[in-house]
Amino acid sequence: MTVRVLVAKVGLDGHDRGIKVVARILRDAGMEVVYTGLFQTPESVAVAAIQEDVDVVGLSMLSGAHMTLAPLVVEALRQRDSSIPVVVGGIVPSNDVADLKAAGVAAVFGPGASDEEIVGAITSLVSPAE
Amino acid sequence: MESERAYDRWRRDYDAAKLRRPSFATMSGIEVDPVYGPPDGEFPGVYPYTRGIHASMYRTRLWTMRMFAGFGTAVDTNRRFREIIAAGGTGLSTAFDMPTLLGLDSDDPMSLGEVGRCGVAIDSIDDVRDLFRDIDLSAITTSMTINSPAAIMLALFVAQAEEAGVARARLGGTLQNDILKEYQAQKEFVFPPRQSMRLVRDTIAFTAAEMPKWNSVSVSGYHIREAGSTAAEELAFTLANGFAYLELAREAGLSVDEVAPRLSFFFNAHIDFFEEIAKYRAARRIWATWLRNHYRAADERSWQLRFHTQTAGVSLTAQQPENNLARTAIEALAGVLGGTQSLHTNSMDEALALPSEKAARLALRTQQIIAHETNVANVADPLGGSWYVEALTDEMERQAESLFAELMDMGDGSMLEGCIRGIEQNWFQHHIAESAYQLERAFNRGERIIVGVNDFLDGNEAEDLELLRITNEDERKQITRLATVRQRRDDDAVRRARERLATEAADPEVNLMPALIDAARAEVTVGEMMATMAGVFGRYVEVPVL
Repeated sequence: MTVRVLVAKVGLDGHDRGIKVVARILRDAGMEVVYTGLFQTPESVAVAAIQEDVDVVGLSMLSGAHMTLAPLVVEALRQRDSSIPVVVGGIVPSNDVADLKAAGVAAVFGPGASDEEIVGAITSLVSPAE
Repeated sequence: MESERAYDRWRRDYDAAKLRRPSFATMSGIEVDPVYGPPDGEFPGVYPYTRGIHASMYRTRLWTMRMFAGFGTAVDTNRRFREIIAAGGTGLSTAFDMPTLLGLDSDDPMSLGEVGRCGVAIDSIDDVRDLFRDIDLSAITTSMTINSPAAIMLALFVAQAEEAGVARARLGGTLQNDILKEYQAQKEFVFPPRQSMRLVRDTIAFTAAEMPKWNSVSVSGYHIREAGSTAAEELAFTLANGFAYLELAREAGLSVDEVAPRLSFFFNAHIDFFEEIAKYRAARRIWATWLRNHYRAADERSWQLRFHTQTAGVSLTAQQPENNLARTAIEALAGVLGGTQSLHTNSMDEALALPSEKAARLALRTQQIIAHETNVANVADPLGGSWYVEALTDEMERQAESLFAELMDMGDGSMLEGCIRGIEQNWFQHHIAESAYQLERAFNRGERIIVGVNDFLDGNEAEDLELLRITNEDERKQITRLATVRQRRDDDAVRRARERLATEAADPEVNLMPALIDAARAEVTVGEMMATMAGVFGRYVEVPVL
């Protein structure tokens, strides 16, 4: 089964270099990738993820707002009874990683994460139940 | 003049220039010439300026060490500004927070988590009053890094300065105001491209008529490069955007010579040392050639490309962050050997957070070491004549010309039209995304080594840097400030100012600056002015390309 991933930019952060590169890496790894463009809200991401029936949501965050916005995306999904895992990539200081995980984020990829690391983590998030 | 030899022209200007020191020598006492090369070759300060725009370059004045600052509320940033001035700074450079850059008020739901985080929050003239409190705006220059709401920020600045008794004609500074690169790379756009260009036109025309000391656009390649372009793409797209603004101003009835001297440029200094130097040299030569031959500028100042440089944020690593000091030093040196007019050096912690005070100081010290210890500023264009650097300079120019030809084709002979259609057709965005992807591929295949990231990993565990932490406290403070303004202002005046703005926005022949200044005085907020214009202009939604 093909893994489906929604990659998203939430809030006002316009840095889209990383998300575009990661989207292509995931495609190269055989996944289907949906990108909804800039300036999304936690709600619009949750709605799109459910509509598109994706297996994983990937957020790209480089402005420092991850502690505010990433938990809101998890919450918006849970409010809609969805258990789709949320992963975060971008500039996240290591002290914030534990707090993000406590808020329900499944994995965090810092700057310099390798292709294998990202693809591997997403694959294992999707497959353990099977 | 035409027939005067480059050497004679250079000699005359050099001899007339004031110098920082009576003589320049190496550390061991060898006297050095101001520039080296064959007598029939190119010289700095002489067309086509490959070797620099001034005859005496840094012998007269070192580059400006312009460090960019802004955080929290206007009161916080004002305190920082006054420290800079007390330390001898004569230029301020304002960083705005993300909501302000997108023209949103601090109490907008979309602003949540971003207020005061990456820069200062400005909602109304009230914040501008606090931002420049006790600062004499006629005695310093102010750079404002803002694009989509640039016209609004200029209006707020003019209104506040006049309230403080400084006439607009006496205000000196720079507005980034480079909207084209927002669609191409930085992505902080609000209105559709053509409507945004009308605002740029209005600011260019307004400053040309009323603010003789103001630089209307800082044409910025920095963000294009950070978004992933190659050096040649950065060079070509930036200069093409510069040509587009000239054509825009010409459409508004201004001559090239009225506008070109007020455009400045802003380039990246990435880690490939010689390629960067070649890029700056090619930039000057291309600009001079096009301005003289294609745009028929007669004023020499129109031919001279002035630029600011910032070291590459994207080259910095979160791993072993102290290594970033070395990267930044090498990049800064490239900017200086390339003849930059001003320089911002990044702090070593910028892959992790906004700079701490200590990291920002080290970044400035890096420039001071280059300026005062290395003697590299003694000789203009010291790499000119290197077979390698000259060949790279020619290659940069060749690649840029080939991209210009594509843009001219796309625009049916107009660079302005070519740049706008290039955005609408995702041509720029595709180029940049493809180059970013290719770089990533090379990194992932191990062909490109990044120290501490895919090799030389010892020491990656330690992370003991003191980072600047920004809390949500500033966001709460700013929202309270804004609520006070909304409560006390004259609602009728606000309504009238917004109606005038809407009416005038609907007529593309009208210059919107007077209506915006009027709105600024009535304490209309940035978010309200943007919303009023968006009601007429619409909002731009990018169709993302992967």
